[in-house]
Amino acid sequence: MSGKAGASSSNSTNPTNPIGQAIPRASVRRLVTGRGRYTDDMTFARMVHAVFVRSPFAHARILSIDTGEAARAPGVVRVVTGAEVAEVCKPFQVRHAGFPALKVTPQHVLAVDKASWQGEAVAAVVAESRAEAEDAAELVMIEWGELPAVADADAALAPDAPLVHQELGTNEALALTVDGGDVDGAFADADVVVEEEFRFARHTGVTLEPRCIIADYDPSTHALAVHQSHQAPHEMADVYARHLGFPGHNVRVVAPDVGGAFGLKLQPYADEIATCALSMLLGRPVKYTADRLESFVTDIHARGHHVKARMAVSADGDILGLEVDDVYGIGAYSQFPRTSVFEGVHVLRMSGVAYKHTNYRARVRVAYQNKALSGHYRGVGMPIANTVTERLVDMATTELGLDPVAFRRRNYVPSEAYPHTAPTGFSFEYMSLGECLDKLEELVDIPALRAERDSLRADGVYRGIGIATFTETTAISPEYYGKAEIRVAAQESCVVRLEPSGHVRCLIGMTDQGQGTATGIAQVVAATLGVPVDDVEVISGDSAATPYGAGAFASRGAAIGGEVALQASRALKENILAVAAAILQEEPAALDLSDGRIVAAAGGTARMELAEIADIGHFRQNILPPDVQPQFTVARHHVPRALPHLSGNGIQLSYLEVDPGLGAVKLLRHAVVHDCGTVINPLLVHEQIRGGAVQGIGSALYEESVYNNEGQMLNASLADYLVPMAAEIPDIEIADVITPTRSSELGAKGVGEAGVTGASPAILNAINDAIGPLGGRLAEIPATPERILRALGVV
Amino acid sequence: MDDTIEITLTVNGETVTRRTSPRQHLVDFLRGELGLTGSHVGCEHGVCGACTIRLDGRAVRGCLTLAVQADGARVETIEGLTESSEISDLQRLFVERNAAQCGYCTPGMLLTAAELVAAGQAMPRAAIRDFMSGNYCRCTGYQAIIDAIEHVLEARFGAPAKEEG
Ligand code: FES
Ligand code: FES
Repeated sequence: MSGKAGASSSNSTNPTNPIGQAIPRASVRRLVTGRGRYTDDMTFARMVHAVFVRSPFAHARILSIDTGEAARAPGVVRVVTGAEVAEVCKPFQVRHAGFPALKVTPQHVLAVDKASWQGEAVAAVVAESRAEAEDAAELVMIEWGELPAVADADAALAPDAPLVHQELGTNEALALTVDGGDVDGAFADADVVVEEEFRFARHTGVTLEPRCIIADYDPSTHALAVHQSHQAPHEMADVYARHLGFPGHNVRVVAPDVGGAFGLKLQPYADEIATCALSMLLGRPVKYTADRLESFVTDIHARGHHVKARMAVSADGDILGLEVDDVYGIGAYSQFPRTSVFEGVHVLRMSGVAYKHTNYRARVRVAYQNKALSGHYRGVGMPIANTVTERLVDMATTELGLDPVAFRRRNYVPSEAYPHTAPTGFSFEYMSLGECLDKLEELVDIPALRAERDSLRADGVYRGIGIATFTETTAISPEYYGKAEIRVAAQESCVVRLEPSGHVRCLIGMTDQGQGTATGIAQVVAATLGVPVDDVEVISGDSAATPYGAGAFASRGAAIGGEVALQASRALKENILAVAAAILQEEPAALDLSDGRIVAAAGGTARMELAEIADIGHFRQNILPPDVQPQFTVARHHVPRALPHLSGNGIQLSYLEVDPGLGAVKLLRHAVVHDCGTVINPLLVHEQIRGGAVQGIGSALYEESVYNNEGQMLNASLADYLVPMAAEIPDIEIADVITPTRSSELGAKGVGEAGVTGASPAILNAINDAIGPLGGRLAEIPATPERILRALGVV
Repeated sequence: MDDTIEITLTVNGETVTRRTSPRQHLVDFLRGELGLTGSHVGCEHGVCGACTIRLDGRAVRGCLTLAVQADGARVETIEGLTESSEISDLQRLFVERNAAQCGYCTPGMLLTAAELVAAGQAMPRAAIRDFMSGNYCRCTGYQAIIDAIEHVLEARFGAPAKEEG
């Protein structure tokens, strides 16, 4: 079966169908007028402020803590240490049923005996104001016994390395391998073997709004109300209940407006649980807002891979085999509860999957190190897999003198081969690889670009063109966390109700941090029910008020949230038509809903306003036949079961100029073609791609958490850690290929991670294309001027 | 011991008198004391631009300005610019173009863009990008923001002269 055709009812050209329309988000009207409401904007009566005392050392024993002077400082309400908090709060204990060999050790929310990374919280000060708490935090006296630290992941795996956790006896948290086909045979048969050693720097998410939480414990009812800048309020409610000893229904987590998340605000942080514990100790609301410096040393980091890889290729240009060996440093602990290994799993399982070769071997070694934790950030390992693959592909084409476009087309998994299982073990419903490449050639005149590059080279101007196919898994099923026995839902749930006014409210577990998911869901509800989009309100981000959902991660908002909204809306429509049929004395099948009216199914003649049905159904049931009970509130759950994950794919192109004297890169053009299945709202889909691509460009050119060998982060400020700003970034050109998934009615596959996943390989290929004629070769990102100059042998 | 200082300033057209600690930043004062939470705090060290406000007619970093420095001054925030309708076209374009995703950078972006608009002339796109490059946005990739500003400049002042860009 070819998955290519898919459902085509979506993306209709019917102008009244909201699906496929570029509808602006109503919520932006609040954001542009200063009426956004973020967690730090909130205050509560008797609220106090927590500040954490953090370890200045990457690895050190806590010999003693003297809190006396801090406790007497002005405004201070309470100073607590790890031992005190441990009395109300269980440590994290990560576990993954799929990886029983994963070595883990409990992580306390405030360090008890020793700190294992620079920035780990060891004590908390609570005061009337944040400034007073900060002053008093300076007065907490800690006697430290410095321990040998290990910062580099390779060094951590050396036999004589200092141990991050003595009790584990090793710094190797886990080793994963895949061996498929005949890899040795493939390399023996190869005419050309290309080989590279890659370094992907660690970086972090740098949400503009730092993490923020307000915990409000009410001892009279033993209930905890939390407001938090977060992607997954339901999951957090579950974590707080289990770690702090609450019945599940006594914890409510509300995520108001969230100022950027990207996976950084997907999981619990030790200091956030500690804030809840502080509220329990005090019986008062406690607010904690991270400052930028502590964000850099406590927010989740990502990437940080050292990969050796090689590709076997025939003289005709067939990829014969691929071998990948990755060392991935995850910091001091494996992230709770998902573990930090998925980034490594994606390197293992997503390398080379666009291509039809069958011989693949890979190993990923996951290392503990005395650094901030590293784990889930937008793209989770997929940018690494794609960069390794696409770089080797370009190296092979250079070596063989083949056209990189034609080489890719020749080696893609062909359309007729789906569903396809890659030698990595991952399976794919469909990947529109050739279609995306065709579309890229329509979008960018590659021969003209090559001619321009070549003619400028004669003038000593070094420009490069890089293309990179990218593949992604999205919208994962319970095959992931369900099988892992980790309490992360694959489902989404939704309540759709017809209000007495004839308007519609949709309460959904899915959350929106600006992606536009809520608007997309409103469009799906409107399209399915047959009402104007403006008549639909979507409410999310409240664990008590909305049905359970996992929130935003793995590009699942439109795919799973959209599908459950479709199913619930369809059920509500049936219920509405049943009532309308009773009133109009028609068969329900003879009626339909369109633009907020009951109409004749055949011909579309208006029969009745929806508002009238709503009024009758809520207030004047006396006019209905006695056996009609209007059911205007409908709930549905949706769990993706047909496939383990959905498959997104696309291709990106970078065109840039390298200054060989300065090592500086000027990105001139960047294009993205992506297939996210059904496009519910092209405006929002394209801005997701742009924002993601710029994050990927950031990691390719600028972003790095620089550590020294002692585990000190050296650039933990926004002045020193470089992020992409408006002047460095060109317009991002976009085109869509639309192949709806057949596994759902809606057909959406997800778009959140597409941009970030394919940007770094395109940039790295373009840089190599630019510096190749000068004898330079670079396999390290970010491609800083210094690294480029080193690649050119200038320094 | 009371180390606070009394300051009187005009905020969005209203005169306010408050006591403030000499070390309190203006953005914290506006957010905390006056409840004007439209101005945001992203870095507290002058890099991100989320705290951009207008002080005596000029865009400044609210995290690098002390509240006491605003004694006697005229301060405007996103709330005030909204009420006066000074940037209603910019705000409308930000909505239409989806130039705000999480919206955390947005008030600061708008205050900076307002300064550009107040300069009273059209500008080539690259110059708009340069002017806006003191404001960090993690979500949008900037293009929609630049589109919105460019559109407003053109609507107000016509197309820019050709040479630069
Ligand atoms: S908070 Fe003022 S510039 Fe970042
Ligand atoms: S919209 Fe999120 S930081 Fe700009």
